[in-house]
Amino acid sequence: MIASLWLSFTEYDVINAPRLTGLDNYRQLVSDPQVARSLGNTVYYTALHVPLVMALSLGLALLLKRVGRLQGFFRTVFYLPVMTPAVAVGILFLLLLNTQDGLINRGLALVGIDGPSWTTDPGWVMPGIVLMSLWSLGSTVIIYLAALQNVPRDLYEAADLDGAGAWARFRHVTLPMISGSLFFTLIVNTIASLQMFTEVYTMYFGNRQTAGSFNSDAASFYVIHLFREAFQFLHMGFASAMAWLLFLIILAITLVQVKLGNRFVYYEGEDR
Amino acid sequence: MTTTSRPVGVGTVVAPVTASGPVGRPDDGRRPRWQRILFVLALVAAAVVFLLPFVWLVSASLRPREYVFAPGFLPMPFAPDNYAEAWHAMPLFTWLFNSVVVGVAAAVTATLSSAWVAFGFAYFRFPGRNLLFGLVLATMMLPFAVTMIPTYLIWNRLGLVDTQVPLWAGNLFGSAFYIFLLRQFFLSLPREYFEAARVDGASYPQLFWRMAFPLVRPALLVAFVFEFKASWTDLVKPLIYLRDEQLYTLPRGLKVILDRFGYGGEQQWEIVLAGSVIATVPMIVLFFLAQRHFVEGIATTGRKG
Repeated sequence: MIASLWLSFTEYDVINAPRLTGLDNYRQLVSDPQVARSLGNTVYYTALHVPLVMALSLGLALLLKRVGRLQGFFRTVFYLPVMTPAVAVGILFLLLLNTQDGLINRGLALVGIDGPSWTTDPGWVMPGIVLMSLWSLGSTVIIYLAALQNVPRDLYEAADLDGAGAWARFRHVTLPMISGSLFFTLIVNTIASLQMFTEVYTMYFGNRQTAGSFNSDAASFYVIHLFREAFQFLHMGFASAMAWLLFLIILAITLVQVKLGNRFVYYEGEDR
Repeated sequence: MTTTSRPVGVGTVVAPVTASGPVGRPDDGRRPRWQRILFVLALVAAAVVFLLPFVWLVSASLRPREYVFAPGFLPMPFAPDNYAEAWHAMPLFTWLFNSVVVGVAAAVTATLSSAWVAFGFAYFRFPGRNLLFGLVLATMMLPFAVTMIPTYLIWNRLGLVDTQVPLWAGNLFGSAFYIFLLRQFFLSLPREYFEAARVDGASYPQLFWRMAFPLVRPALLVAFVFEFKASWTDLVKPLIYLRDEQLYTLPRGLKVILDRFGYGGEQQWEIVLAGSVIATVPMIVLFFLAQRHFVEGIATTGRKG
């Protein structure tokens, strides 16, 4: 940590000794359009990915809770994508999202939609990546399911006696009782998506970008840019400054979430 | 929803509502039949959407090159030779072997060191313990992108870049998530039990190895399978530390296959797909062997958060 902070004020290429350059790296950081682009992409992705994952997972968990013995089977199905190595996920979706022959556009064609160029049109690259990310929402589903099953049944019975409808029960019993888990997944998924790397790196970087067939800027994520600065161009000092900026961003977002969370999260009598 | 078809349990309603009260069973049997059928149908639809990518992956990997993108989900025409071709084109066996070695090393070191630290936090009472434990938990929040460069420079200084050591040896310092998980389990063991053993003259390492360790085996398995999976699927560390193709683990190898046979090469997607299946199958098998541990591990994290 400290080493990284110190490095962020230097120019270091691993071979020659680090040279102190003061705030140069940070000045460069603020004015670098590629950094801004990758940060923008990352935030855009996070803003789409996190709410979608939470909403879909909650929907699936609510359904799972109601199907009795089949639950185990469906839970397994939803979790299998999480077991798939991220590189394989990247490869798989690179092909599924293929404009002409990909499964996804074939499916869209069936319902009469002319699917976009997910992997080549800069405007559609991000939505494609979000789509891919939704495939791996299994962990969140399991967390919500566990939380739902821990809601005491008498709360629902009491709500019924008070004449609460389905929505009122969801709004005033279910949501408060699982708010702890919602909050946890909000934070964890946000931190994870701000650090998105492997799937996208697999799909759009490496050979493909050097081949020049594709402008990889549209798929540039912050950590990917950081990784390339550090390990391809050996700008260790600059990359350390990037890392520190990311750390501060994550810290700030988490603090805001915790602040907001304290207002909405209900903790039942803490037993630990 | 409907309150009519449900037997009203008078006793339970009058009972005070406590967190430890009866917990809703997954199938509470009080919903009308058509509604449950509707739920199942919705889930079946979702499950199909989640499974189709797998079906396509396996099927396409079994088709000849020209047919990889053909419509339909059947491997027709059938070309199992793709696997032999992929196997010979790339050192897949070496990569599989490397992945197993690194995965086991990573999982064993992470589990043992985390258990050791967790036991310390659970058993010993010392000033500043909670502060120190909080500090350990705080490292969970630290993005890997921040620690990536300093750790690389350390391994570089030690001359261990381009060996597999950095892929697992960092785990010798334990991992906050497993320390947290295991501490909860150690705390649930009765303390008197250990104190009795102390009186009988057991040393602290004996307490750990002979008593605590066997008692929390399920939790150790959770840590083990999670870390094995994390190591098996990791691309970042191999990307940073390995240059020599013979040392690659599967994800790193798969990336090479993609770059060489995919867009970079002659678009031999059948080889890329066969490689992806080979990398994925062991994880699916692991999941079915250790499903309980995975589900338990994830559910526990959510609850404690």
